[in-house]
Formats: sequence, C-alpha cells, structure tokens
Amino acid sequence: MSAIELRNVVKTFGAIRAVDGLDLEVPSGICLGLLGPNGAGKSTTMRLLTGQAIADEGELRVLGYELPRESKEARARMGVVPQLDNLDVDVTVEDNLAVFARLYRVRDVAGAVDRALDIARLRERRKDAVDELSGGMRRRLLLARGLVHDPKLVLLDEPTVGLDPQIRTELWSLIDGLRTRGATILMSTHYIEEAERLADEVAVMTHGKVVARGKPSELITRHAGAETAEVYGPPERLAEVRSQVEAAGLRVRPAGPAIAIVGAEKAQDGLVPEGAVRRAASLEDVFVMLTGEEAE
Amino acid sequence: MTGLGARAGRRRMRRIEPAALAGVMSRELANFRTFWRATTFSSVLEPTIYLLAFGLGLGATIVDPIDGLDYEEFVGTGMVATAVIFSSALPAMFGTFVKHRFQNTYDAILAAPVDVEELVTAEMLWIGLRAGFYGCFPLLVSFLFGLDPTPAMLLVPIFCFVTALGFAAFGIAMAGTVSKIDQFNYVTTLLVTPLFLVAGTFFPIDRLPEGVQVAANANPLYQLVELVRHTAFGLEPTDILRLLALAAFAFVMWRVAVWRMTTRLID
Repeated sequence: MSAIELRNVVKTFGAIRAVDGLDLEVPSGICLGLLGPNGAGKSTTMRLLTGQAIADEGELRVLGYELPRESKEARARMGVVPQLDNLDVDVTVEDNLAVFARLYRVRDVAGAVDRALDIARLRERRKDAVDELSGGMRRRLLLARGLVHDPKLVLLDEPTVGLDPQIRTELWSLIDGLRTRGATILMSTHYIEEAERLADEVAVMTHGKVVARGKPSELITRHAGAETAEVYGPPERLAEVRSQVEAAGLRVRPAGPAIAIVGAEKAQDGLVPEGAVRRAASLEDVFVMLTGEEAE
Repeated sequence: MTGLGARAGRRRMRRIEPAALAGVMSRELANFRTFWRATTFSSVLEPTIYLLAFGLGLGATIVDPIDGLDYEEFVGTGMVATAVIFSSALPAMFGTFVKHRFQNTYDAILAAPVDVEELVTAEMLWIGLRAGFYGCFPLLVSFLFGLDPTPAMLLVPIFCFVTALGFAAFGIAMAGTVSKIDQFNYVTTLLVTPLFLVAGTFFPIDRLPEGVQVAANANPLYQLVELVRHTAFGLEPTDILRLLALAAFAFVMWRVAVWRMTTRLID
C-alpha cells in the first residue's frame, strides 16, 4: 500500500492554481523529496495532506484514509515538522513534547517524551524553557516533536530552510536516521543538496504539478545527460556561445555569472569553448532545466 | 508504534474527542504555569483598587445606598462580571489572534488529530475555567470590605464559568474575523466597553432610559451581575431563566466561533 496517493488534485486560491492536477504516489518506506522553487505548490500540498487545506478537485488518500473525510485518522498516524518554528517558547522542552504526546493520544507520555528527547539529543536540557535553547537545538526539538508518537509517515516541510550549514548538517543526520528506521518520509525542499543527500526518490514540482520523478541519478541521466560544461566570460561572449550551442541542438541554462551547457558530452569537437569547466551533470542542472528557476 | 494507531486499528474518531480537548488544554496549562503569578496578582489587585475608588470614594461621598445595599456591596458583587469579561473576552481575542497569526501554534495543533471544532471548544473551556476561578476574586475581596458570605455564593464560579464560555467564544470569533490586531480597538470600544458599563455594575440599570434598559437586559453581563447579587442577597425563581439565557448565549457564540475559525484556519 502506498503511504500517500494523490490523483489529479487541484487547489485554487482565487485566480491562482497553487496545485494544478497533481498526481503523486509515495510508496511506504521511502523518503521522497518534493523539490521545487518557491511558489511551486509544495507547502499547499503539505497543507492538503494535513487537512488544513481542502482540495477543490481530485482524490487524496493518506495511509489508506480518504481525505478530507478521514483526515483526523490519518493525522493520528503521521508526524509533521513545519517550516516555521512554532514551539511554545516559555514552556520547558519536556512540556512541549508532552503536550504533543497527549494531542497524539500516546498512552505512555513520559516514555514518549524520553524517546523524543533522545532523538533531539536534549535530555540534559529537558527542564529548560525553549527560549534558552540555541537555534539548532530548537530545530532538533521541532523535529522530535513531530516524531513523539512514532508515526508511520513523516511530513517534513522545508525542514532546514533558513538554517546555517552546521545546523542543516545536524538535521540531515537526524532525518537520515529516521529514514534508516523505515519511516516513510515526504520532504518538501528547495535545496538541491538536501534532496540529493536524503531522498530515495525526487519529484520535481513546478506550477502546482510534478514534472519529473525518479531516483536522483535517473533524473540526472534522463534530463541532464552525463556532463555539464560551465562557461565563464563577459556577457557578449556568453551570448555568442549560447547561440552557437543552441543552434547545435544542445541545451544551455544560466548558472549565476556563467552559462552551463547541459549534455556537454554530446557536443561536437570545438563547440565547448576552451577553458570551460567540465563536471558531472547534477540534480541542480535537472532542477533548473525543468523549473526555469535558479537553484539554491 | 505507541500512538493511537497501535491500539485503535481503523476506529473512526469522534467529532469531538475528550482526549483532543485535554491535549489542547494541557498546552494552555503548561503556558499558564509560566505566567500565573502576574494574572493572579492583577486579579486580586484590580478589584481592590476598584472597590477602594468606587466603593469607598463614591460610596462614602456621593452615592446613597442602592436598593438597600451599601455601595461597596453593590459594586463588589457587580465587579464579578467585570472580572469575567476582562478575563475571557480579551484573552480570547488577543490570545487567539497571536497564536494563529504570530506564533503559528494552531498550525501545529491542527496537524495533530485535532479539528477546529475541538480546538475552539478546548480554548473556550480553558478560558471559561480560568475566568470562573478569577471571576470570584472580586467577591473574595468584597468580604474584606464587609460583604457577608452566603452558601449560595458557591454557585458563583458556575455562573462565571457559563458566562465566560460565551465571552471566550465571542473573543475567539472576533479573532477569527479581524484581519489586523489593531481592529480589536473597534471591538473593545463598540462592544466590550458598552457591555461592561451597562451591566449594572456601577449603577442600577432601572435608572436608565427605557430603551437602554431593554438593551441592558439583553446583555449577558447584566444577567451575570443579577445572578451574583442574588447569591448574596437572595436567589429568585427567575434566576434559572437567567442561567439558561447565559448557556444559550454560550452555545450560539460557540457555533459562531467554530464557523469563524474554520474559515480562518482551513483553506
């Protein structure tokens, strides 16, 4: 049974189609990275899955429960880690966890709190108010709060957005541990590296729908080939190279101050300028080619 | 798995689950433990100041006894209603708005197996319990100013609780309606202050123009003031109707609050 099944889901806000005919299936036991630029519809999809948004059209099923009718039953079995820190800052670490253990109807609240403290590596700080924690500790607590009831399915909504690299790496190791334990994870992100490191499969989302799906290596091979060549130089020179390469049937994408020739291994001799930096094609190439957005 | 899924199988969850209410209220309790001292301090001091200012000041200098009651007794019993509206409507308005808009608390709670109806109900119950408790403080302070305790006064927490439920729901409904926190100024100026003033707390409403008297009778706070005064000076058979009216007010406001918050929280 798939943990999540969405069929032709549509959600509009006025004239904006935030989710536009979305089909998405997440098999049990995998980590699926939902990768897309801001405004792609990732957060709306997450809200649809937690019953905080109601789809205008389509079918949604989570852990076998039909949404929105059986949303409460589905929510009882899933954990959610939000994008924004919404911990109770004046309350102690353990009380933050205990409240959510009760909301999830956990019988052994004390045991669940202890397990969550271990996940967050915050046993020593259990009596401290959240306000006294560092940013990294708060994010770990937020993650542990979403796991306090040992859910079958975990939704991670941009779990490391806005964090510094050290905290991000810490969280990645926690999420990786979760994946190893066999939980199904749906993780929305707009960080390529995050998706590459953590996700078994990646679904690239833009304009409210999934435009590509597969293992990162498959997506790279399918959409970006084997090699990318980055060409640096003044804008006039880059424009000239771009038109020559495109005329030869290759694809070019912007890459900050440079342009990147995607599928450069297919280029005829002399087409890729001397001095271009050749590297293996990456998920970033796929992301930019499919969404038209610069990657982060 | 230690959560519900482990023991409930495919049990259909009920529309309003006591465990959901208890969970939401436990969050309120955890937060309240961090600021109860300040709340209790103001709950004791405020009626004391009012009683000193209005009771001893006005009572001793300007106002004659009202319906045979000393002015301190009149104000002291009336102040219960003031305490109830200020410890229910205002915390509900501001607390709900802040939790929704600034703290994103409700996003976290609604991601758990808690529906908006349960969330609103739990918030109402918590505020009702708090206001039921703190609403009694003016009465306790009034004992120090000479009001005699009576057995019927044991009903006051219940009267306060029922009234506070209605005003808590009113506050939540307002929070689910306004788009900016500043707009609460309209609510307090146009609704809360007139309700507070025309409740028979500081002066009897039978000396007001007839139209205002009719309006005052529709004011739940006035009904609470009457109930509290009657516990001190003699309950009447019609008091059961007053209590039922307060319960009806709470029920209607509850449904309005659930409607407004559903509109606000669910896209």
